[in-house]
Amino acid sequence: MSLRVQDPGLLTTVQDLGRYGYSHLGISPGGAADSLAMRIANLLVGNPENAATLEMTLAGATLEFDEESIVALTGGKCDCRINSDTAPLWQAMRVPARGILTCGAMKTGARLYLGIQGGLDIQPIMGSASTNMAGHFGGFEGRGLRKGDLLGVRKGPNSRVSTLKPGAVDGLYSRELLRVTRGPQHDWFGVEAVGKLLSCPYTVSEQSNRSGLRLKGNSISPQVRSQLLTEGVSLGAIQVPQDEQPIILFVDQQTTGGYPKIANVIAADLYRVGQLRPREQVRFTEVAIPKAIDLLREQEERLKQIFQS
Amino acid sequence: MKVIAASDSSLLVVLGDVMSLENNERVMSLFCALQRLNDPRIRNLHPAYASILIDFDPLRLSHEEAASLIEHLAGQGLSQYDQASNVVPIPVCYDTEFAPDLQEVANHAKIPNHEVIRLHSSATYRVHFLGFTPGFAYLGGLPDTLHVPRLATPRKHVPAGSVAIAGSQAGIYPVDSPGGWRLIGRTPVRIFDPDATQPTRLKPGDLVEFREIDRATFDATRHR
Repeated sequence: MSLRVQDPGLLTTVQDLGRYGYSHLGISPGGAADSLAMRIANLLVGNPENAATLEMTLAGATLEFDEESIVALTGGKCDCRINSDTAPLWQAMRVPARGILTCGAMKTGARLYLGIQGGLDIQPIMGSASTNMAGHFGGFEGRGLRKGDLLGVRKGPNSRVSTLKPGAVDGLYSRELLRVTRGPQHDWFGVEAVGKLLSCPYTVSEQSNRSGLRLKGNSISPQVRSQLLTEGVSLGAIQVPQDEQPIILFVDQQTTGGYPKIANVIAADLYRVGQLRPREQVRFTEVAIPKAIDLLREQEERLKQIFQS
Repeated sequence: MKVIAASDSSLLVVLGDVMSLENNERVMSLFCALQRLNDPRIRNLHPAYASILIDFDPLRLSHEEAASLIEHLAGQGLSQYDQASNVVPIPVCYDTEFAPDLQEVANHAKIPNHEVIRLHSSATYRVHFLGFTPGFAYLGGLPDTLHVPRLATPRKHVPAGSVAIAGSQAGIYPVDSPGGWRLIGRTPVRIFDPDATQPTRLKPGDLVEFREIDRATFDATRHR
């Protein structure tokens, strides 16, 4: 079983939940930018949640399937078709043999996931099928897909597809308010700068990608202007370089960095960062760490309850 | 030692505030102790000059538990980092084609080109940590004479294997990438191989020695 890329869209890569345990070698986890949508795509088609999927960015791909396949699309809203029929998001669907799946431009959100029953047949490297574009490895030849690429699909054991409860994803994708905890150099910034971050809207710039989202808005001036000795950085850290415009470090981030970090997006909101579009506005609000962990726990509980039994 | 919450899923352990051999040995000692734990709740370790970021699953390991784990390990002493460091020889060809910045480094240091090469290849370097791109090792131990500022404008494309210096640091670009360090040579050795059991040629704590090779040796030994 295989699928052929007729049109790769803007950027389509193979992603699973990421590559852990190699940060000390300079290798970031990577993985799906919106891991929640990616997990749901897999669960809908009866895959383990870490099976290899395709992540499309802003403009979807066109793919031809050689054999009948069960697929699910999740993530940003866009018009998709299987041959000439409308293909709705958030449900398992059948693509006939020689069927063509066409995914359009995203109207809201930035990333669309394609889960395929059986999962993409990608040899894991360092425990993951995710594409590491900085290292040119993983996924499909370590790069974004191109026209003509042929990707294998694992033959699934005819696993049971699942269905979401009505309204299950409503409210999951409000993106304008991101919750943050304090960053390791929070003290460097003082009340005024932290106040700005937490009260002013910031616009996602065009120079944003899986490594980081550059934001534009009120400048954030640190009170302490010392040079930070390069240190490890966490996923979702909000760092403030010399131009005083914040950057959210994201899934393909460098593992270390030398800019002070004022705050950190909570783990439960990272999937929503993956759906932020250029020119979209975001605001930040602070929560304490125990609250952030409760929110993550609630999200994991909710994920178990959104499927019909 | 300071243990700070960096996020809801990580702690930053700060062991000093300067780049020094002593701080790095403390980092390596704690890093090795954490690696030996092999705790599945810990997802990633990011050692750096004088700190380690520890990324963990907060639904299985609380910040308090993680902090006491670190304090326990640190309590066993961070000074006896055993010096059984691996010495990794790295052959370098300083041919003009591979060394677009060698002349400027020599001018800056007010020494002849061959003296830059002699100094660079006679020191022993320590891998302080890896970062920037997969396999990029930040090497401490560059002779003072060779300390030159990085390029004002980074290059968009630096070929894999480029041997570079910037400030007090030395390094080797493991993969084709952008880069702002001064290029003074190239190694034929593969620095990053994702398919190998040990994907990076260098790992934190290793010692590195650069050995000069001529162009013919470079061409004959270059990895395919």
